Amino acid sequence: MAELWTGYMLPTVIIVAQIIAIVVPLLFSVAYLTYAERKVLAGMQLRKGPNVVGPFGLLQPMADGIKLLFKETVIPSGANKVVFIAAPVVTFLLGLIGWAVIPFDDGMVLADINVGILYLFAVSSLGVYGVIMAGWASNSKYAFLGALRSAAQMVSYEISIGFVIVTVLLCVGSLNLTEIVRAQKDLWFAVPLLPMFVVFFVSGLAETNRTPFDLPEAEAELVAGFNVEYSSMPFALFYLGEYANMILMSAMTTILFLGGWLPPIDVAPFNWIPGPIWFAAKIAMVLFVFLWVRATFPRYRYDQLMRLGWKVFLPLSLFWVFLTAGVLVATGWVPK
Amino acid sequence: MIVQALAFYMFATVAIAAGVMVISARNPVHSVFFLIAAFFNAAGLFVLLGAEFLAMILVIVYVGAVAVLFLFVVMMLDINFVELRQGFLQYLPIGGLIGVILLVELLFIFASWTVAPDAGAVAAAPMSALGEISNTRMFGRLLYTKYIYYFQAAGLVLLVAMIGAIVLTLRTRKGVRRQKVPDQLRRTRAESVEIKKVETGKGI
Repeated sequence: MAELWTGYMLPTVIIVAQIIAIVVPLLFSVAYLTYAERKVLAGMQLRKGPNVVGPFGLLQPMADGIKLLFKETVIPSGANKVVFIAAPVVTFLLGLIGWAVIPFDDGMVLADINVGILYLFAVSSLGVYGVIMAGWASNSKYAFLGALRSAAQMVSYEISIGFVIVTVLLCVGSLNLTEIVRAQKDLWFAVPLLPMFVVFFVSGLAETNRTPFDLPEAEAELVAGFNVEYSSMPFALFYLGEYANMILMSAMTTILFLGGWLPPIDVAPFNWIPGPIWFAAKIAMVLFVFLWVRATFPRYRYDQLMRLGWKVFLPLSLFWVFLTAGVLVATGWVPK
Repeated sequence: MIVQALAFYMFATVAIAAGVMVISARNPVHSVFFLIAAFFNAAGLFVLLGAEFLAMILVIVYVGAVAVLFLFVVMMLDINFVELRQGFLQYLPIGGLIGVILLVELLFIFASWTVAPDAGAVAAAPMSALGEISNTRMFGRLLYTKYIYYFQAAGLVLLVAMIGAIVLTLRTRKGVRRQKVPDQLRRTRAESVEIKKVETGKGI
């Protein structure tokens, strides 16, 4: 019995506690990201934003959540019920499971697997399923068009994300996320691989269906795109999933290019601050750029979106893979 | 060990059940979803074998790209299920015959199948170093040394397939006004804007 406890039960309890320690702050961040988005957009458009519920409108996300919770869940009569309900669950789930491999500090990670970056890439490439399932199951023209757009868009931009990841891996020599951050001890990869950093960020916008690539939910043409038939809690799950994915994409950007938990310079006042705080600050900075982009750019036309992905980013990232490999071999900097 | 065995039986059972559902589901879109479930369980089996790189690549390539395009096509099919089942009895004899022939062929193969004498050595080669070196690194070492020609040949086949697909679908349509980005960027204010003074009531 004691063996059962130490061998199986105790590890399970510890893992569940760790998962809760990750998921609860994450959901809290998701709630306040929606608040931050409205405040940032309002600030950039010289408005006030949410300022009524609670001090500075800080309770607004709670009010929104409660409102959505008490609405009626409408399932269209022509819809495929199982897939219709599963779609938002998939989206939300994929926004959460990616965090299993994210290192918050040296050694502070739930699952320190050898192929961490591939796992993250896999999770982000599965994000399309939530959208495509929703579009098909709704049995509605607008939702379906949104889903088709999304499928083509996400598959296209995944390719350039893949090449960017390859470029970083060439410089690291490991697929482990902790190793990737450690390799940036002296110099963040955003400096030597600046063009790849930009390509990754823009592809990240497309992968998370954010403006200026939010064609799947282009409200001017498709009403609300893939989630037009959703209401109440399923809609809230889509919303939460989208924002969790944004945070995950920012965390990926931080780990690959901005040195994860490392301070900018390893000297006195900077390295007093603990790693997780640096990590959170960098994620917040990337998220701010996400919101800034939304306030600044108009939506892309669909053919221009495809052109950017296939004719600009793909050749550019492929060229950088060759260039990086060539430089590493020529100078003998290839990691062992 | 018990957890591993339980996980193996779970993944294996679900993979086979999903595989059966792929061919028996009424709705083709549901078939694709079951196919995805089968892929996931196969990836789980790879993880149990210690082949984590293969597991992730399976999910990225098959689930993340191939199955999406599958789903893309299947969703757009407009299938009448009643019509689909009408000719079932009519086609049963010939379909059954093909099935029986395939089964007999498979049985012949399995009956005469022996493991090549040097295969054991090849299989053992990567395992010996797995303890010290990560799975991915070992995989790369083997793929880019011993099997480099096969690897390049596979790449070549894929390249030919890609060019073939492009050639088959490429058509130049006349009368389409395409966006020419270099032309747009080359335009200057001097050649595209002209300011004229328009007098009231006269027009240009």
